[in-house]
Amino acid sequence: MSHYEASIREPLINGNKSYHDITVDVAAPVEGKANKKWWIAFTIALLAFLYGIACIAYTIGIGIGVWGLNNRVNWAWDITNFVWWVGIGHAGTLISAVLLLFRQKWRMGINRSAEAMTIFAVFQAGLFPIIHMGRVWNAFYVLPLPNALGSLWVNFNSPLLWDVFAISTYLSVSLVFWYTGLLPDFAMLRDRAVRPFQKKIYGLLSFGWSGRLKDWQRFEEVSLVLAGLATPLVLSVHTIVSMDFATSVIPGWHSTIFPPYFVAGAIFSGFAMVQTLLLIMRKVSNLEAYITRIHIENMNKVILLTGGIVSVAYITEFFMGWYSGSSYEDYTYLSVGAATGPYWWAFWALITCNFIIPQSLWFKKLRTNYVWSFFISIVINIGMWFERFDIIVIDLSRGHLPSSWTMFSPTFVDVGIFIGTIGFFFVLFLLYARTFPVIAQAELKSILKSSGDNYKKLRENNHEQ
Amino acid sequence: MSNKTLQAIFDDDDVLLSAVKDLRAAEYHIEEIFTPFPVHGLEKAVGLPNTRIAIMAFIYGVIGFSFAVWMMNYMMIADWPQNIGGKPSFSFAENMPAFVPIMFELTVFFAAHLMVITFYMRSKLWPFKKAENPDPRTTDDHFMIEIAVADDVNALEDLLKKAGAKEIKIKA
Repeated sequence: MSHYEASIREPLINGNKSYHDITVDVAAPVEGKANKKWWIAFTIALLAFLYGIACIAYTIGIGIGVWGLNNRVNWAWDITNFVWWVGIGHAGTLISAVLLLFRQKWRMGINRSAEAMTIFAVFQAGLFPIIHMGRVWNAFYVLPLPNALGSLWVNFNSPLLWDVFAISTYLSVSLVFWYTGLLPDFAMLRDRAVRPFQKKIYGLLSFGWSGRLKDWQRFEEVSLVLAGLATPLVLSVHTIVSMDFATSVIPGWHSTIFPPYFVAGAIFSGFAMVQTLLLIMRKVSNLEAYITRIHIENMNKVILLTGGIVSVAYITEFFMGWYSGSSYEDYTYLSVGAATGPYWWAFWALITCNFIIPQSLWFKKLRTNYVWSFFISIVINIGMWFERFDIIVIDLSRGHLPSSWTMFSPTFVDVGIFIGTIGFFFVLFLLYARTFPVIAQAELKSILKSSGDNYKKLRENNHEQ
Repeated sequence: MSNKTLQAIFDDDDVLLSAVKDLRAAEYHIEEIFTPFPVHGLEKAVGLPNTRIAIMAFIYGVIGFSFAVWMMNYMMIADWPQNIGGKPSFSFAENMPAFVPIMFELTVFFAAHLMVITFYMRSKLWPFKKAENPDPRTTDDHFMIEIAVADDVNALEDLLKKAGAKEIKIKA
């Protein structure tokens, strides 16, 4: 065998798999029938989604006033949820693009689902910039289209317009990146399908992929260049999202640390969500041989790293609040602002969830424990929601002018729309898990000989002789 | 040239790779290889020229960047040079920092999408395209080499069998 692999590396594919075994295991959830639990989960998600749609319709019909926003706190749950969902979406691109550039083989077991998560999360995120508008029906005015108003253009100075470009570029590029990677896997399902309808559908989806040598050469080059483009894209998108705040003059928002700090937070929360989903998926879809302990541990390490970066950013923000000598900054951060003001509980929820609890991942015992990993991932998802809520609401509720100090409390519509997006996300993800090849089997096959446990054992035995 | 094609099926990528080397050494012309996953080193062994798709992506990126600069200069500086929040709209350079995010996004947008479209066009992939792999096992765990042959195929068959081919079919 022509493969050299250090024996220190743990196998990424367990269970003595052959190429054909990988095909069968990946195709199994698609070819089988959904069980009762799937239908229960799907029904719950669908109901949540429908409730969300009702809340959105109510908002558009009656007006934004049905939300808990007020004159001072004019962004709250809407943009919190927007940033939260965009952040979640970032891990998918990180896993598929950045880890590809770094030649990380362990990404291959998880990249497909991470990318699916990206796309479904960005769908949810994309809802909020539209529905938080007072006049949704004029939303297309954000596009610089020639028109009958003397050609009235948009203003390219606004980060909210940058958002439009960033999010739509991000969604569309992620989509083609994901889809192109799916072609060989759809082709595999097409060639295996026995039911004529299924054969037709996967024939259509696979674009006639035949696995020619030249196609593979181009495929790999396209993947690499897309990864090279998606990496700066993912950094730029959350940077632009962070500039919604950082370019403002509001104390607590106007901060040059936001772009990298938000990106780190996005990776942090995104990996947490990937962890949540994969820990369930590996059990439900019988993929424990492909999403192994080492995958979970590696993701925990990324969470620990980015969690550390985020924690350093919190400390930096505090230090700069004090060091700036600006009474407004100082006030926001240290006096009755974040830590001790009326939103102290939101602030301390953030510190507990993002700063303190994830530090437990330093211990290998906890890092490799599935139950603890699942718990941590949920905690981080909550904590990162609070981070965005704190940045947006606390800073808006106590601004320059004491006469406009106010509080914010959400209405059932705010909450309902958020629940609706969670439902929508899971509707999409559950459908995906039943109809798509959830593991990039073609890529996985290319690392079987270097990272399969059977091949690794074979090599080790050869060494001893 | 006769119009016969020989199809040899392998079940291991390392065997395939060495068979390709043998075929090249014996100066046979390999028409096509179908594999279920990218076999590294195969295009080198076959002597396939490099793809130029990355060069195209770069050109598309330059086009995207130029488009962004042209668009924002036209709309913000040339057509309606308004004062929006005290931002200097006298020249492109003065307000340039605010244009950077969109210049960047459009560069990536053009480079990524046009490259992917180029890939689909050059590899002839589209939704209603019929699959052309002769054997459905080539998307699972088998590998197939197609070789155009003249009338005498025995020598080639021997070579392939010795190289580890599992099945050999001849299609007229």
